[in-house]
Amino acid sequence: MESKIKAPTIKFGNNIDTDVILPGKYLILVDPYELGKHALESLDGEFVNKAKGGIVLIGGKNFGCGSSREQAPLALKYTGVKCVIAETFARIFYRNAINIGLPVIECAGISEAVKTGDDVSVDLETGKIQNLTNNKTLQGTNLPSFIMEILTDGGLIENLRKRMKKRNE
Amino acid sequence: MNITEKILAKASDKKFVAPGEIVDTNVDVLMTHDLTGPLAVESFKKIGAEKVWNNQKVVVILDHQIPAESIKAAELHKTMRHFAKEQKLRIYDVGRGGICHQVMPEQGHVVPGAVIVGSDSHTCTYGAFGAFSTGIGSTEAAAVMATGKIWFKVPQSIKIVVNGKLSKYVTPKDLVLNIIGKLGVDGAIYKSTEFTGSTIHEMSIAGRMTLCNMAVEMGAKNGIIEPDNATKEYLQHRVNSLADFIVLKSDKDAQYEYTVEIDVSKLEPQIACPSSVDNVKPISEIGDIPIDQAFIGSCTNGRLEDLQLAAQIIKGKKIKEGVRALVIPASQEIYKEALAEGLIEIFTEAGAIFCGSACGPCLGGHIGLLAAGETCVSTSNRNFIGRMGSTQANVYLASPAVVAASALTGRITNPTTLEAKQ
Repeated sequence: MESKIKAPTIKFGNNIDTDVILPGKYLILVDPYELGKHALESLDGEFVNKAKGGIVLIGGKNFGCGSSREQAPLALKYTGVKCVIAETFARIFYRNAINIGLPVIECAGISEAVKTGDDVSVDLETGKIQNLTNNKTLQGTNLPSFIMEILTDGGLIENLRKRMKKRNE
Repeated sequence: MNITEKILAKASDKKFVAPGEIVDTNVDVLMTHDLTGPLAVESFKKIGAEKVWNNQKVVVILDHQIPAESIKAAELHKTMRHFAKEQKLRIYDVGRGGICHQVMPEQGHVVPGAVIVGSDSHTCTYGAFGAFSTGIGSTEAAAVMATGKIWFKVPQSIKIVVNGKLSKYVTPKDLVLNIIGKLGVDGAIYKSTEFTGSTIHEMSIAGRMTLCNMAVEMGAKNGIIEPDNATKEYLQHRVNSLADFIVLKSDKDAQYEYTVEIDVSKLEPQIACPSSVDNVKPISEIGDIPIDQAFIGSCTNGRLEDLQLAAQIIKGKKIKEGVRALVIPASQEIYKEALAEGLIEIFTEAGAIFCGSACGPCLGGHIGLLAAGETCVSTSNRNFIGRMGSTQANVYLASPAVVAASALTGRITNPTTLEAKQ
């Protein structure tokens, strides 16, 4: 996983729930790319096309609230979302995103500082976020080192494989 | 320490834990179901694990898309059956269990003081029995299957003290909607919510489950109620041995971020209006809302006392022409009790459809979906855009009493008002 990300943003409001990120009717799909085709479609039918080239998704408060479906962050990741930055996250979504290797950063004031279409650069190691369009700089919450390690490994599966291998050696 | 802190301390072999501390916790039980389970199985294989850490502690329950509504769902069920057989896990298959959060305590998989995780957000329901329980994702469920452990940040706690007697036709659902309306959908984000006070201690186990079930709707990590005699009475014939009862209580000097006090004696039925669970209004303030569908069921309100309450209102009457009423019991056990008590006859005579136990229309994946422009009043737990079908449909959340009364009149109705007119 890259620790520095540079991409245009798409912004949503508060309380974006996992049912709008990925409706329940698609939970029977198993291919993550198939899931990705339906990401956020109930809020924006064009989202998938807009995100294709790689974007940073900006959310308000309580991003990812609702269901525990890991298919929600998976759909975002496989549609081209490189990182989600929000004021706050719902806890299950937050853990799920990290576990599947989708970086998430909490950052107070992000929804004020960024509008859709702005280019941002994100340093996952330091939590520093720069809006390259308006030159504002924000400091997101630093991830604890064991979480950073999960992200660096690309998710919990790889992280655990590595740890179990170490234990067996 | 409060009860949540005590459970997390015990499970991480520590004498003391404080909010903010990250603890590596032993898991007592892991639950997974047909929609999040297959992804967990896939991740489990990718980790390279061969056997689950303890096959007595992993429970598989098929409940979301049952009976299989498509070939894809049938394949997912097959995956879970195969995995359960291979790992020698307890599986509750179609017709043998029901909704996971009802089946877990009903079949003795929940004890006070336990740490229980499940790949479903409403896993927080088991806090009703004094367990620490919370929802996790599929990959994390796979990691728990492989290791029996999970990390938690010890949460800050909010103490919710409830006193007073609920009026007739005002239920624990109205109370929890009222609390969510006050705290907001992110009011307890990352936090623990502990329910206490005379109303809670007098509340039935079913009611306590409704309360804890919806803790996640304000973002809470868990909802919890100290176990008491009612807990013991419910569980004693269901769990393997009474020795499993580790009754933990919050210390008198336990720390809380803050305390909310609620007097329910004047509470009227509450409605969560579209499309947020905290858009809560007393029923007297919502105006005239015609409905197309009324749904009684789900892990929030599909228990026997919910069906009894609804049946009491519906008995001998007819569902309003043009309204579809769906009743779905939370488990096969409740189905049998409803049958024995004659409740199914009451519902079907009135013109409602009574279905086999499953999650049903709650998450919009299976039966009873809504078309564009339609309105449903539902006893379930979420009214998000598109949750129960079309993104153009409206969902109002309410108690079983309100849903039953509304099914009779065709508009959202206070059962007390309806009774006064009769």
